This record gives sequence, structure tokens and C-alpha cells, in this order.
Amino acid sequence: MQHAPPSGAGDSAVIADILRTHRAIPGAMLPVLHAIQDRIGHIPPDAVPAIADGLNVSRAEVHGVLTYYHHFRQHPAAGRVIQVCRAEACQARGGAALAEHVQRTLGCGFHGSSPDGALTLEPVYCLGHCAVGPNIAIGDKLHARVTPARFDALLQAAGAPA
Amino acid sequence: MNITVYVPRDSTALALGADEVCAAIRAEAQRVGAEVRIVRNGSRGMFWLEPLVEVATPQGRIGYGPVEPGDVAGLFAAGFLDGGAHPLAHGPVDALPWLQHQERVTFARVGITDPVSLDDYLAHDGYLGLRRALGMDAAAIVQEVTDSGLRGRGGAAFPTGIKWNTVLRAQAAQKYIVCNADEGDSGTFSDRMVMEDDPFMLIEGMTIAGLAVGATRGYIYVRSEYPHAIAALNEAVASATAAAYLGPDILGSGKAFTLEVRKGAGSYVCGEETALLESLEGKRGIVRAKPPLPALAGLFGRPTVINNVISLAAVPRILQQGAAWYRDLGMGRSRGTLPFQLAGNLKYGGLVEKAFGISLRELLFDFGGGSASGRPIRAVQVGGPLGAYLPATRFDTPLDYEAFAAIGAAVGHGGIVAFDDSVDMAQQARYAMEFCAVESCGKCTPCRIGSTRGVETMDKIIAGQDRPQQIHLLRDLCDLMLSGSLCAMGGMTPFPVLSALDHFPEDFGALDAAKHAA
Repeated sequence: MQHAPPSGAGDSAVIADILRTHRAIPGAMLPVLHAIQDRIGHIPPDAVPAIADGLNVSRAEVHGVLTYYHHFRQHPAAGRVIQVCRAEACQARGGAALAEHVQRTLGCGFHGSSPDGALTLEPVYCLGHCAVGPNIAIGDKLHARVTPARFDALLQAAGAPA
Repeated sequence: MNITVYVPRDSTALALGADEVCAAIRAEAQRVGAEVRIVRNGSRGMFWLEPLVEVATPQGRIGYGPVEPGDVAGLFAAGFLDGGAHPLAHGPVDALPWLQHQERVTFARVGITDPVSLDDYLAHDGYLGLRRALGMDAAAIVQEVTDSGLRGRGGAAFPTGIKWNTVLRAQAAQKYIVCNADEGDSGTFSDRMVMEDDPFMLIEGMTIAGLAVGATRGYIYVRSEYPHAIAALNEAVASATAAAYLGPDILGSGKAFTLEVRKGAGSYVCGEETALLESLEGKRGIVRAKPPLPALAGLFGRPTVINNVISLAAVPRILQQGAAWYRDLGMGRSRGTLPFQLAGNLKYGGLVEKAFGISLRELLFDFGGGSASGRPIRAVQVGGPLGAYLPATRFDTPLDYEAFAAIGAAVGHGGIVAFDDSVDMAQQARYAMEFCAVESCGKCTPCRIGSTRGVETMDKIIAGQDRPQQIHLLRDLCDLMLSGSLCAMGGMTPFPVLSALDHFPEDFGALDAAKHAA
């Protein structure tokens, strides 16, 4: 899932189009932000004034919402995103050891990217598969019962250097 | 002959390779020239068996699991399409004791039907509750729900009928039904299963709620971590709308109800009802002070019913079978059933729906089979990240709202996370504070600052620094958070912290500390 670099001329058209189709729905802010991130991969800086204008709110309000929610990114993610669950049910099944292993293997901490920029590591607090953890997601694909050895195998299968 | 094979589409099954197994079955069927109809059903909730493949035979649905793609050729060779014997075979799935010993009321269809097939839903008692509700007046529907004894399944356990009655009596041009599907608690997945594996049931429950209080619009707020649930709901809403189960004229009754699925954005506190309403309105998910109650001034300032997925999903069956039938299940003031979610370090984890009153021990050992690691279960967290950690001496407590409150714990949303004896309870207490610090909305000081101070204090305790003094400080801080926080985020974070400290003092070096002080 490679995303386009930030703030191209194409992005403005995409944002304008999203605002045109979404502005009439009640409480449009989150649907607009989701639509932009789904299309562009993040919320580029020039989206903020455009959204403020389109939804008739202040830039500060857009900024406030954008920065409040963990899901929204202000910068494109480097390469593919790996989410590792850090919550209790996965902890009870070896989640902490897996989290250590993943950070060592990728050479980065949570919210960071691997040195080659191919992978971004994010924490997630529950993917909802709590009977069969530890759980991770690589891109959109879910994986349960992930031991360190299985993580290495999944990484290799995903075409990234282990 | 065309044989029906069921391969679950539930996302836990997908995480365990169900799509790959499905592809392997299609390929092998083609190779051997077998005519197979594959249905992507929901999950039965026996996750240690997933992917659990079922084959329809004259003897009932025969189960095989857990199936890996590499097992598929062998299953065909063993004649599994006729229910043939195989090391992975479990016989008729409906007869398995793990399912037989449950009271599947809300989850009666889950795992059996194709979740996005309206025909399948209708063939399995779907929309019988709505049909009855359409012949009743609004107050009678509310009375039925009140009489059933149903209490909010999100965790707060407020009587659903009383909430509905407040909204019914409120005067407004527009009222709303909002479903809280922001299931962020670790160790819980019953909401996810309803949405992915029986979405029409939730839609039907919300439609009945709309008729009951005079609301014509509904929203389902689903967390962004649940893309499969969002997709299943959207598909089901479209089908229900096309067949006039939703829309301006429900089944020709002249009554209107429309439904929209909204996606959250990764904020745990949006599971708190007022923060969720703020988020739906397009704002930061910050908790509102109450009053006013959402029932009077909720979404966009209008009277709003906001209920958890399981509360709303229980409604169709209550209307179908009657309040007395539902009320006859359960104990004390906890009526009906709760879908318990067995999670963490358990051998047989999954979804167990039982009437209130079952003990923790029965759930952990009779259903859960003890720990997955084979080591003793040392601590169990009930009710999510804000729930208390309980030691083995509390395992005989019946699962009942009042009985749990009496031991300083909460049933919450019914999530049960087991830890074996390798757990360090001081680390778990630290984690509870850390989670609160990450997820606090920041509106009230005890939660925003208290959680960060809590992490620092726990770090000192773990490092063995001034333990008696730091433990005293931790208790004082928890007391402040308990009494001074605006919502359950800060107000209940002390539950896991203090229960860990009280029940497992040895992990905090508190015994040495007491000796030191003496």
C-alpha cells in the first residue's frame, strides 16, 4: 500500500470532491477525514483550511479533531503498517514478548518506522480476537496466535526483510 | 449432488486462515469434481476450533477443525463431504457439550446462518420481534422491554426500559437511536460477533427501539479497528432498506426508520456515551458533564436512546417471546443472559452465553478448560481494562451485577481475561495507569494528570524506591481518581490498580514494606 506523496495538486481536487459529497451529512467531520485518509493515505496540511471552509468551522476545530483521534495521520505512513495489540488479553498470551521481538526485528519503536522505510509499527489496543492472541495486523490482514517465530515467517511472506 | 460446506467469515476465523481454507476447499472440490456450495457463516464462538468447517449431512452439520489449508486434501480423501471420520472431526456441532450447556438467546443464530443473507435471517425467526412491535403502540413496546428486566449490557447496567421511557416522553421534532459499538475493552468481542455474524438482529433491535420512542433516525458508531463489522453492517443495512425493513415506510406500516453506520477513529474513551455523541457530531471525543442526560439532550441536542450492541440485540427476542420469558432467566436483579467472552490464557476461549448467576469458576474451568499454558490461573480481569483483577479466592462469585459490585468488581461487558502465574501484577497495575494516560480525553484533571502520576508512582514501586510511601501515595491518588473523575475512564482505572495491590501485595513488595514499617 504505497501512498502518494503529500499535497499534490491532485490532492486538492480529491479533497474538494469529498467535501462536496459529504458536507450535507450531519456531523460530517469524521466521515470527511476518513474519506480523505482512505484516498490519500493521510490528512495533508492544506486539507485543514479546505475542511474548515467546507464545513463552516474554524481551522482550530479541524486541527483539534484531527489531532485528537489516534487513527488520523498528519504524515504519510512509511511503507506498510504493522499493528501489534498491546492490550491485556494479548499480554496474557505472550503479547509483551512479541512486542519486544517486533521492535527488535524492525529496528524501531512503536509509532516509528523501520530504517529502510518499508514498515511502520503502530500499537493497537484490541483487535477483538482476544481468545487467540497475540494478535497483529499487517496492512488489512489479521493474524492470530502470533509467536515471534511466526511473526518472522509472516514478515518474510509479506516480502519484507526479516 | 450439491453439498453445503460452511466456512466462517467471522474475523477471528479469518485471522486464523479461514479465507485460505475456503480457497483450498474450492480448489480441491474442483480437482476431484465434487459439487460443493460454500456458505460463509458466522462463528460458533469456539475459537480454539477455528477455522471450523462444517458439512451439512443427513445427520446434521458435522464439524472439522481447526482446519489448515494443508488439511483440505486429506479431508476430501476421508470423505468429509459425507461427514466421514477424520482426526479433525468433532461430530454434529450442535451436540457439542460446549454449545449444549449454553443458553444461546441473543446468539441463537450466530454461527449457523449466513450473516448477510436476509432470507437466511427470515428463515431463522428473524424480524418476528419487529412484526409484533408493529402491532403495538409505543408505550406497550417500552413496557415490554421494562418488564423483561433488561439492563444496559455495555457495563453500566442501567435499566433499558427506563431509559427508553424517558426518551418516549420527551417532546421533540427529531429523536435518535444510537448504538454504541465502540467495543474497545480488551477481552471483549461479543459486539463484534453480533455485527459480523448476525447484523440484521442489531438492525431489528434498533428499528424496534425507534418505534418504541418515536425516533426515525439511527446511527451505529463502530470502532475503526472493526472493518469487517462495518462492511457486514453496511451490506445488511442496504438489504434491509431494499426490502422495506428500513426506510420511510417499514413493511407498509407508515412508520419510518433509517440507519447509518459511522466509523470511529481509534479513541477508547468514545465508548463513553457522551464522548461518543460528541464524536458523532464531528467533534473531539470529549466527555460531557451530565445532566443533561442524553435521553433528553443527546445527539445534536435531541432526545436520544444510546444503548450497547448487546442491549439492542436482545430486544428482538424479548419482543418475539415476551418479557416474562426473558425475565425468567437470570438471578436477583440481573435478568436474562449475558454473552460472556472467555479470553486471554484459557484453553477453550470463546463466546459463552449463559443466564446470570453462573460462577467465574464454571466459566474458567468447565467452559474455559483452565489455562492454555497449563500453569495455574493466578488472576482474572473481569469487565475490561477498567475491571478488577480477581484472585482464585473470588472464583466462586456468581456473575451478577450486584454480587460483583459487592466484592469491588464489575461484570461490565462480560469480558473475562485469564492470566497464569507468570503474570506480574505490579506491571498490570502500571499498564492500567498507562492505558488511562494514553486514552484520557483530558477534560478532567484526576484522569488526565492522575494517570500520568500513577505511571510514575508505579515505576518507583517497581524499582523498589520508597515503597511504603509510594504505595500510600498510589492509594491516595486512586481515591482521588475514583471520586473526582468525570466518567468511568478515570473513575474506574483504580479498580484494576487497587485490586492488583489488595489481592497480590507480594508483587508490589508490599509485604517487605509492611515488615519495614513495623
